[in-house]
Amino acid sequence: MVSIEDYVARVEETCGEEKAFIVIFKYDKREHVVSRVLERAKLEKSISNIIFELTFKGVSLRLYGTGKAIFRNLKDKGELNSILSELLL
Amino acid sequence: MFDPYRIREDFPILKRKVNGQPLIYFDNAATSQKPKQVIEAIKNFYENHNANVHRAVHTLSQEASELYEEAHEEVANFISAKGMEEIVFVRGTTEAINLVAYAWGLRSLKKGDEVLVTLMEHHSNIVPWEILSKINGFTIRYAEVNSDGTLNYESLESLISNKTKIVCISHVSNVSGVINDIKRVAKLAHERHALMLVDGAQSVPHLPIDVKDLDVDFLAFSGHKMLGPTGIGVLYGKRDILEEIAPFQGGGEMIRDVSYNKGAGSCSITWNELPWKFEAGTPNVCGGVGLMEAVKYLRKLGMEDVKAHECELTEYAMRRMQECEKVRVYGPKDASIKCGIIPFNVDGLSSHDVALLLDSYGIMIRSGFHCAQPLHQVFKLQSSARVSFYIYNTREEVDRFIDVLKEIEQV
Repeated sequence: MVSIEDYVARVEETCGEEKAFIVIFKYDKREHVVSRVLERAKLEKSISNIIFELTFKGVSLRLYGTGKAIFRNLKDKGELNSILSELLL
Repeated sequence: MFDPYRIREDFPILKRKVNGQPLIYFDNAATSQKPKQVIEAIKNFYENHNANVHRAVHTLSQEASELYEEAHEEVANFISAKGMEEIVFVRGTTEAINLVAYAWGLRSLKKGDEVLVTLMEHHSNIVPWEILSKINGFTIRYAEVNSDGTLNYESLESLISNKTKIVCISHVSNVSGVINDIKRVAKLAHERHALMLVDGAQSVPHLPIDVKDLDVDFLAFSGHKMLGPTGIGVLYGKRDILEEIAPFQGGGEMIRDVSYNKGAGSCSITWNELPWKFEAGTPNVCGGVGLMEAVKYLRKLGMEDVKAHECELTEYAMRRMQECEKVRVYGPKDASIKCGIIPFNVDGLSSHDVALLLDSYGIMIRSGFHCAQPLHQVFKLQSSARVSFYIYNTREEVDRFIDVLKEIEQV
């Protein structure tokens, strides 16, 4: 059964007041991840097909063509995992 | 003559590409890249000399012990210490500071005493003292930092008193790159009979250091920020002070004699001589060998030239960053009073966005608090992006960085 671990290589949580999660997707899955997230989330803005400003179920995220993404204003890692599941699986 | 283009030839990693772009490594305050001389020394150690040190009479152990001791000597010479007895190998700056906190502070500091730090410290020079203060009940005082990131010496002077037992201060800020006047602070500390501990993580790799001239009691620094491997660092301590302090950790290597007294039902222990008294257990021998090679490499370049190169590059980068309308640079505008570290932000973007954007162009920088949250509070910042230079960085790399910053501004 496919899980988010199949797509996610690492998650970095930023410290301090400006809470955010930086998700680094697996290198060999990054193209698949980018296209799937673009399918499922609402595209607000795109810059040269390198950066995509998106929203998904009230959560704002910024996706990079290099296979990394910043998720903002999430409560905790549980909420991140839930969003990632809906976006990727 | 100092030639960064020739130096680059010694660094294999600088030939690689990241995200399809030539690598530009501007995260040197976090860790430096390694020259082939260091990589080769590590390989040679494991291929030809690997053994435990000070434990055996066989040939390999003798060779490993000689190399490990030579590494201490080389580091002692590099910072103009009196001898290898004053050089304790540890994991890094953090462990060196913790060693002082727990070996000296735990036994010496008590309620009513004060430890003086500054608001520009890395967390590694704050947290050990905060933890210890909860155990021993002493007070920590924080010297203020001016809005440009320079140390407020009046604040520091006003906080030093007869209650102050140790002054703990970074030589160079890991956020702003500001160089503190260590001789001035050491004089103030010693006038009040306080000890002086310096976090040299950002200075020893970049400036000529003479511990006798600075007159510091302790100097902590990391090997990996100065071309050496990770997991090896140094605590310099004045010999007479190290002689007086009891060990931080117990185990093999740090003892001369452990004798069981049947009548007392306990062991009487005699410590080993310096510096081994503070190096319990099997040490990071190969790390020491790698650090020795890194120190030799830097000595050959000349630390005055290293400093001049970074100062010139920093001045150039700061001048060119002014061309970017949305880029805000923090810290002093005068590059001559700082090392090669530039904190900045881009209007409308978080520092992590800036770092990720630069990453997509092959440019590696740091984002966040850089383990110095109190200083970000002084700057009234959520976080910052940070570029930091070293011996192999060039003007052309700065030019590329500026071009990309200008593109990022359009985001």
